[in-house]
Amino acid sequence: MHVHFLDPFRPGVSLVHRMDPRIKLVLTLAFIVLTALVPPGIWPVYIILLAIIVSVEILSELGIDYVMKRSLLALPFMLAAFPIIFTAPGPEFASFSIASWTISVSMTGLERFISIALKSWISVQAAIVLAASTPFPDLLLAMRAIRLPRLIVAILGLMWRYLFVLADEVLRMNRARAARSGHPDRPQGRTGGSVVWRARVTGGMAGSLFLRAFERSDRIYNAMISRGYDGEVRALPLSGLVTTDWLVLILGLIFLAAILVLSLLL
Amino acid sequence: MYAPAPLHIPDGFLSILLSGVLWIVSFALVAYALKRVNKELDERKLPVMGVLAAAIFAGQMLNFTVIGGTSGHLMGAAIATILLGPWAAIIVMTSVVAIQALIFQDGGLLVLGANIFNMAIIGVAVSYFVYTTVQKLTGKRPWGIFVGGFLAAWFSILIAALATALELAISGTSPANIAVPAMGGIHALIGIGEGLITMGALGLLYATRPDILQVGEKRSMGGAVFWLAGLLIVVALAIASPFASANPDGLEWVAEKNGFISLAQGPVFEVIPDYLLPGLSSQALATILASIIGALLVFGVLLVVTYSRRKTAAQSIHQADALKKEQ
Repeated sequence: MHVHFLDPFRPGVSLVHRMDPRIKLVLTLAFIVLTALVPPGIWPVYIILLAIIVSVEILSELGIDYVMKRSLLALPFMLAAFPIIFTAPGPEFASFSIASWTISVSMTGLERFISIALKSWISVQAAIVLAASTPFPDLLLAMRAIRLPRLIVAILGLMWRYLFVLADEVLRMNRARAARSGHPDRPQGRTGGSVVWRARVTGGMAGSLFLRAFERSDRIYNAMISRGYDGEVRALPLSGLVTTDWLVLILGLIFLAAILVLSLLL
Repeated sequence: MYAPAPLHIPDGFLSILLSGVLWIVSFALVAYALKRVNKELDERKLPVMGVLAAAIFAGQMLNFTVIGGTSGHLMGAAIATILLGPWAAIIVMTSVVAIQALIFQDGGLLVLGANIFNMAIIGVAVSYFVYTTVQKLTGKRPWGIFVGGFLAAWFSILIAALATALELAISGTSPANIAVPAMGGIHALIGIGEGLITMGALGLLYATRPDILQVGEKRSMGGAVFWLAGLLIVVALAIASPFASANPDGLEWVAEKNGFISLAQGPVFEVIPDYLLPGLSSQALATILASIIGALLVFGVLLVVTYSRRKTAAQSIHQADALKKEQ
């Protein structure tokens, strides 16, 4: 078994896939910034934003169910914003009494919580479409194009290249551990000794993972040297931006700016 | 398989002003770290850092059962700091956090600056401070490596969690009197798992390749500054957190004063009068209009895509037919 299923990229020929990665990256970031700027409780704008991102998902032909499934990943964090429902000052929406306690839900708090939840859900969908419709090497070139430091982009590229190799390594280690430590019948049951013992075994696995990573990086370095590496990572540049690309970028940004103005007017 | 760690803040949870400020801070610090690494290390650094970042990412999939369904796993700031020294560790952790956000949507893009600040900068500075302090106190005896590793890992998780909680509170997303004790409490436990794994990893490395453990020490130029930064972060957060959680209004006041909350609240001005039709507010009308426009947009796109798909499908059938005829 390989962990290539970790790679979120899904090849395709849709309009979204064919869009220049630089334009796609900038527009995605602008969309997420816009989503963050919309004040809480301006529901019409949230509906428009949701409609936009769902339309893009349909255009990208990735499958709505795929994007939705992945977007649930950010869900557990909602818990962090949940208490705001009860603590934010504002008119009371509803109150419950449990034994001698009275818990009251404030209108402002509820509005803020739903806004936060919607914002994070809309933003995460935009990020998913970007990652799923753009091959990572193209994304790296786009990052260079928006002037991120060369070294960090090079490290991200190397990290990406060996991520799956090392993740496979981890899978093999996990399988070996499972094979060595008998599984009890109860699914939740403990395997092996105490918690500390289990943690130390896992630590040993992490240690040997780092050791193998170090040794692998030596071999990679030698391979790079023998292919003429001189401290500079070179890649075939993306083709120049044509008029259509600029048009898409400018129209997209104007459209997003218009929504922002609308959200401030409402 | 790949479980998101609760330290990664998604988009929408931090105010835009705070996100922006932390982006600038993180960008400046990471740029400085890049400069230092460029100066200190040879060109060999690139593969080592890239592959180690991949190993830390993959290492987060190594987990062990604690009780029932919960499991402990690695963040990696402490082990990266011990193995590579602080400057390179900042860059490695930044890469890990960036890939998690970009590819796996574990943490948002607008708040990536904040996540880098919490995990890569605070995590590494705290780890470095704790580890080197323990090393000095124990006079570089071998057990000092393990105790230092455990404590560095535990503190890095806890302090990063406190910073996260304070950022949420400043953004008005989560009340400080709940967020700080909750985040702190959970991560004080998670930190034990991190500490034990880090200690186990150091144990194996010490037994097999003690030379690797010395590498990080050699690269501690500018260590004093780093040590001081770590100390300041630990002290500041250790004092600020209980204070903030005891006086949530105080933090709210700070937030209000600095315009963090006002930026995320309320319309700037009202142009459309409140009531257009009797009983129907402009807000309700706008919501209905927005729903209609949104539905039209989605269905329009849906129609276009299905239509163009059908057309290409029909074309390929035609072509297949034509081929058959030729044969």
